[in-house]
Amino acid sequence: MTTDTPAGARVIFERPELLADRSTNYCPGCGHGVVHRLIAEVLGELGLGPRTIAVAPVGCAVFAYDYIGVDFVEAPHGRAPAVASGIRRVRPDAFVLTYQGDGDLAAIGTAEIVHAAGRGELLTAVFVNNGIYGMTGGQMAPTTLLGQRTTSSPGGREAAFHGYPVPITEMLAIMPGVAYAARGSVADAPAIGRTKQYLRRACEVQLEGRGFAIVEVISNCPVGWGMTPTQSIERLRDVVAKEYRPGVIVDRTKEPVATGSLSGAAPAGATAAAAGR
Amino acid sequence: MTTVAIRPAALHHGRRVLMKGNEAMAEAAIQAGCDAYFGYPITPQAELLEWMARRMPEVGRPFVQAESELGAITMALGAAATGARVLVTSSSPGISLMAEAMSYMAGSEIPMVLVNVMRGGPGLGGIGPSQSDYFQATKGHGHGDYRVPVLAPSSIGEAMAFMADAFELAEKYRTPVFILADGTLGQAMEPVELQFRTPPRLAADWAVTGADGRPPRVVKSMHLAPEDLEVHNRHLQAKFAEIAAREVRWAGEHLDDAELVIVAYGTAARVARTAIARAHDEGLRAGLFRPITLWPFPSAALAEAAARARGVLVVELSAGQMVEDVRLAIEGRTPVAFEGRTGGMVPTPGEVLDALRRLWAATAADATRRTREARS
Repeated sequence: MTTDTPAGARVIFERPELLADRSTNYCPGCGHGVVHRLIAEVLGELGLGPRTIAVAPVGCAVFAYDYIGVDFVEAPHGRAPAVASGIRRVRPDAFVLTYQGDGDLAAIGTAEIVHAAGRGELLTAVFVNNGIYGMTGGQMAPTTLLGQRTTSSPGGREAAFHGYPVPITEMLAIMPGVAYAARGSVADAPAIGRTKQYLRRACEVQLEGRGFAIVEVISNCPVGWGMTPTQSIERLRDVVAKEYRPGVIVDRTKEPVATGSLSGAAPAGATAAAAGR
Repeated sequence: MTTVAIRPAALHHGRRVLMKGNEAMAEAAIQAGCDAYFGYPITPQAELLEWMARRMPEVGRPFVQAESELGAITMALGAAATGARVLVTSSSPGISLMAEAMSYMAGSEIPMVLVNVMRGGPGLGGIGPSQSDYFQATKGHGHGDYRVPVLAPSSIGEAMAFMADAFELAEKYRTPVFILADGTLGQAMEPVELQFRTPPRLAADWAVTGADGRPPRVVKSMHLAPEDLEVHNRHLQAKFAEIAAREVRWAGEHLDDAELVIVAYGTAARVARTAIARAHDEGLRAGLFRPITLWPFPSAALAEAAARARGVLVVELSAGQMVEDVRLAIEGRTPVAFEGRTGGMVPTPGEVLDALRRLWAATAADATRRTREARS
């Protein structure tokens, strides 16, 4: 797929077929490129490219449609889960994926993500959390950590003044419509490997008709954080990952069916979306 | 509370039934091939949502009651982006929330039909019938340089017929289309002859369906480079110009010898019709010019009808919105008067007749001068 391979050489790393062969608009060191690559790898490995309809957010990752080679719809700011729900209802055979940042998902789009999860929509939501509004110049987001300086919290985020960070993925995870919720990281190769496993599982959960699946990926924003790429990765690993801890947050696909319980499992076919309504 | 009195089996083409406007529009959409409905409860259009909640599952099509009007319209955006025929309905405050997605859909060229069963504003306002969203429907809703066709039915039968017309327009031009009704049309019951029509499907060679055996497609409104956005906007404007040239609709009554012309749409046109009949009884030659497309506005036809008259009276359920388009069309060549009520109040035929009499008196001197000029 890539270039000519010299005789005797073996390809051990190559560009995924679904990832465009071009440089991105993202800043040097930005984590979006890594997440894009993981999505392209997982969709390719599961053979989902031809049936995927993805929804792009407002924010830096609006350009996802330029880099990941599947059909895309551009959503208004925060509305990707609702756009995806509409797609899901009329296209039961499609694989539907949303991609949102933390300003998009955890601030302006709170209602849409909560209710898509509440309905147990068969969607796979990718949520890239870098704790900042990157595209608009590094303002405070709901996910900005206490003490973190941004262009709209220049003295650092103070709980008494700005309120606390919003742990949206944990909030979503308590709802029975959420079949799977996990948090990955792009801090280093082992974390990236685990993040890929979470993404793969979140895709399989949709294919199995289990319910809503979300993978939060904590990521860096070197420019917005005022750091070099290396410093930003160190902060991601040493500071951010201590607050937003990576790991599987809920996996109801392994629980026994407990119909009628608010903490019960989401069995295959149990959600409104799975019933084709 | 819904007033479903008719069994679906009784809803066959050609039958004459008594139906509530909201329910009639809902069934007409289903019969026009509406693939999916997304809504949120609001008075005075709630029966439309309730009809869909019951009927869409019966016909095996998606119905979703969304978390908000923002949710409803963006679900519709997603469904329609796949090429599905999608209906969304609401009333004035809900339409304000939907304005965001209307702009995105205009920019992304996503077809969809949106019904506004107008109530009085501003703000939460009231729940009585109103036409105070004329500006919103014809001049604005969301941000950016765009227009959407607006169809204004004036009877329940017409509202049903316009549902198929609206889907057809939406798909032909890849644009959202408004049906602008008001609380009276939504809530009233009247006999209608069921005339269903399912417009033929066009090939949606732009829709997102999964890139199976073809390059990926993107449905989007963003064009970050100014030179690219201008190219896109020029394309949109050319489309709007084509709609304006081809899709103007209006109806006239007693216009041939009308000395006074009432311009009114929707429920206001029905009040005007009664007033005109009474005017004829007392020898006033009055006629009705009823715009059906509020955008594109029938400016040329109106200018022609007004040129033969000595005065024009605009009647609206608002403080005067369409009257601005009427004045633009007539360009001062004929005097234009306005009669309207707001807040859910509807002008009576007597009030409109009084306004006609005042206009007749006020234009007497003008008319005499014009007659003199014509003779000299």
